[in-house]
Amino acid sequence: MNARAELPLHAPGATTDKGYIGQSVPRPNARRLLQGRGAYVDDLRFARLAHVVFFRSPYAHARLKRLDLSKAARQPGVIAAFDGRAVAEYCKPWVGVLGHLKGIKSPPQFAIAIERACCQGEAVAAVVAETRAQGEDALQHVEADWEELPVVTDMEEALAGKVVIHADLGDNVCFTRGLDTGGVDEAFAKADVIVEETYEFGRHTGVTLEGRSILADYNAAEHTLTVYHSTQAPHMMQDVFSRHLGIPEANVRVICKDVGGSFGIKVHVYPDEMATAAISVMLRRPVKFIADRLESFLTDIHAREHKARVRIACTREGEILAFDLWDLTAIGPYSVYPRTSGIEGNQVVNLTGGPYKHQQYRAQMNVVFTNKNVTCQYRAVGHPIAVALTEGIVDLAAEKLGIDPAEFRRKNLIPDSAYPYTFPSGIKFEKLSHHQSLDRLLELMSYKELREEQRALRDKSIYRGIGLAAMIEVTNPSPAFYGVGGARISAQDGATLRLEPTGMVTCIASVTEQGQGTEGAMAQIAASAVGVALDKVRVITGDTGVTPYGGGTWASRGAGIGGEAVLQAGRALRSNILEVAAHILHADRAELDIVGGEVVNRLTLESRLPLVELGRVAYFRPDTLPLKFQSELTVTRHYTPREYGFTFTNGIQACLVEVDVETGFVKLLKHWCVEDCGTIINPMLVDEQIRGGVVQGIGAALYEECLYSAEGQLLNGSLADYLVPMSAEMPDIIVAHIETPPRQSDLGAKGAGEAGTAGAPGAVMNAINDALRPFKARVAAQPFTPQRVLQALGKV
Amino acid sequence: MDDTLPTTLIVNGERVTRNVAARQHLSDFLRDELGLTGSHTACEHGVCGACTVRVDGAIVRGCLMLAVQANGRKVDTIEGLSDSGEIADLQEAFHRRNALQCGFCTPGMLMAAQDLLTSQPEATREEVREHLSGNLCRCTGYQAIVDAVEDVLGSRRRGRK
Ligand code: FES
Ligand code: FES
Repeated sequence: MNARAELPLHAPGATTDKGYIGQSVPRPNARRLLQGRGAYVDDLRFARLAHVVFFRSPYAHARLKRLDLSKAARQPGVIAAFDGRAVAEYCKPWVGVLGHLKGIKSPPQFAIAIERACCQGEAVAAVVAETRAQGEDALQHVEADWEELPVVTDMEEALAGKVVIHADLGDNVCFTRGLDTGGVDEAFAKADVIVEETYEFGRHTGVTLEGRSILADYNAAEHTLTVYHSTQAPHMMQDVFSRHLGIPEANVRVICKDVGGSFGIKVHVYPDEMATAAISVMLRRPVKFIADRLESFLTDIHAREHKARVRIACTREGEILAFDLWDLTAIGPYSVYPRTSGIEGNQVVNLTGGPYKHQQYRAQMNVVFTNKNVTCQYRAVGHPIAVALTEGIVDLAAEKLGIDPAEFRRKNLIPDSAYPYTFPSGIKFEKLSHHQSLDRLLELMSYKELREEQRALRDKSIYRGIGLAAMIEVTNPSPAFYGVGGARISAQDGATLRLEPTGMVTCIASVTEQGQGTEGAMAQIAASAVGVALDKVRVITGDTGVTPYGGGTWASRGAGIGGEAVLQAGRALRSNILEVAAHILHADRAELDIVGGEVVNRLTLESRLPLVELGRVAYFRPDTLPLKFQSELTVTRHYTPREYGFTFTNGIQACLVEVDVETGFVKLLKHWCVEDCGTIINPMLVDEQIRGGVVQGIGAALYEECLYSAEGQLLNGSLADYLVPMSAEMPDIIVAHIETPPRQSDLGAKGAGEAGTAGAPGAVMNAINDALRPFKARVAAQPFTPQRVLQALGKV
Repeated sequence: MDDTLPTTLIVNGERVTRNVAARQHLSDFLRDELGLTGSHTACEHGVCGACTVRVDGAIVRGCLMLAVQANGRKVDTIEGLSDSGEIADLQEAFHRRNALQCGFCTPGMLMAAQDLLTSQPEATREEVREHLSGNLCRCTGYQAIVDAVEDVLGSRRRGRK
């Protein structure tokens, strides 16, 4: 295959070969997973490995009056048992706040809670044993006396603050943000039509199939800590382990081998994982913790749980004049470290109304503490809320005005010619393609025909609904996301490319692989940029002892940021290779190029020197090269997006459902997504990312909710009780793309991993409400269970 | 507490004998005692299918079967199916279609898919979705998996003709 690349790919009128960019090639690293030869943390084998299990609070809020670990410590196989104080000697507590979220507050959080548990599942003791089973047996012998404390589980009660969870903080408000463009009241005063609705979003969680996993191995002789960790951000964790355990950063190495799904669940600091690392130091031996499914439900971050009231003002002709938003969200007893739990609400404020061109916007948002598990950033952070409430209210306005929802969107979407554009919330768009995307979607789904079919079926008492959801999405964040707030989270990423003597290229990247295909995409970029075949590239990621420094994988940044670093490193390596070739061949460098692993004549493409021969000379016979010349066949490049705070993408989804008005069941018939993530590196991988994201969004819309009792007890903490989408209920999902590459980077890639999750719930909600229209019924509280549909229909 | 029973079984064609704790489930036995870490556990209460293995030719959830119950029986895991080449075409189709992301569900998914391919060679797309609906995949959205299985249904059908 011809693997020549003349990037930038988006140079106007460019017709140059993009190499492997844009090709649906299979991922090389998938083979080991297909044969059961992956290496997830729990697959690793260590001598003297100890297993830690945690004694967790059964209460949502309680004082630990007495804790006696002596009996547990005497059980067979038990190595040690520790309370919070013992672990705190080795692991400093943390506070989940950031400087740029003004006024955010949170209490100190310990690896093992001391004296008081603030939610069910918070660990108050650790038992270490030779096997996990022995540890669990010993847990039965932990003696604890508790004094139950008043519990706050309702968001509005938390805001009212009659009972304050953390007395030191004064109230239950973690963070609040207001925003006002100034002319909102005026816009509402002159509006012809005003619509208002309140939307509720249940708590749900990520359910990574592989639970959170960590194996910490402390070497006392060297005072080094090696952590095998199922994480998205190895360098961030290296920094956190170093600072909180008091081990020099250079002595901490974080390695992530295969990671069994993450979705934002595995990018946070978890107390039980910090305790595992501390206990490895305390016991001077490897210690492992794998969250089982019950622990996952109880302690993996949850997300969402919002209640939002939104109003919009429109003219008779269907122009949106203003958005007015009030949002309340509850995050559990702590703001999660180090990213904080203020970001989701903040995003809702930033993004609500985002696709539309109104100029007036007001928002008030409160983040409150409750005695439930913590919430934090899970796939699409804030977007599913902002999109659903924006698109829900837009549909309601269209209905009231008697305008077709697609037409109403066309009237109000920011024109494709309006960029660069600043949205009233202050966010900036370099270039979006809402109208192209809408047109493509309507064509893809045969919108008109679907509407006709819908009408015809209604006469036969078959109730189908079509829902649209336009969206914008944050990707490729600059330091504006975390760094400016004081978090030691890298916004830049790096890549090292090395030409091996055999002509192979090794690519070592700081972005990480969670199954989304990062390594495959990086290989495609590296092969294209250097000019070698794809099977000549090997990619290494996920080891702080090896890779350049970087942020890892979150906020849809891997391809856009990590990919640009690989591209720049690849170009530099190509140039360095040609310099060596020019010396070997006594040729003019400008006449040479690299194609398919060979140095060729740029014009005639005649082969001059295979890279394997160049490698032999450069590494083993450099004596034959000019005396003053040193070849440099390893290069490193980094990239940070800087011109824009975030590289926004846009897209639009549609959903077709059939509602059984007798049972309340919603059947998904089909789902469409048109998305603009700029340059697409591998369409097959992107499409599967989108589909997987859509399915998680559908889960949120229809099935998934972490249900708590008023006492703060999780009622459905098992996979038997917490419903997730399975293959039989899922529809086929049709994906198409518009490619508008940002000019900030040469690669022009934006993120795609979260778009599906961002838009799907809104599309599903609108589809259900469209189906229910003949009954003048609406649902607005997720998940839209059969019971809620029947309630809306007045049948229960 | 940890009563053990001598247990002999054939795993991937190899006879193994171990003293097995009566309470140990088959998945833990395969993973911890035999080092066959290809089968995963993700719920240990019979819902997710990540632990699916074959016992005497039928797929079972390794987390719901005690290892001692496998005494005298034949157990096949993903490692065995890979080495024998039995599902090479299926693995190839999964690879080509990108029917996996993180791969944690994949060994169980392949087991369930192979079961369908042998028991219902004429399965429709709906039936594929139905048959795989005991296996949770949190990453892919299922479509590529269904596509891959359909590909192999087709190619094996053509192969038989
Ligand atoms: S681990 Fe056996 S079904 Fe989930
Ligand atoms: S590929 Fe990750 S769970 Fe299926």
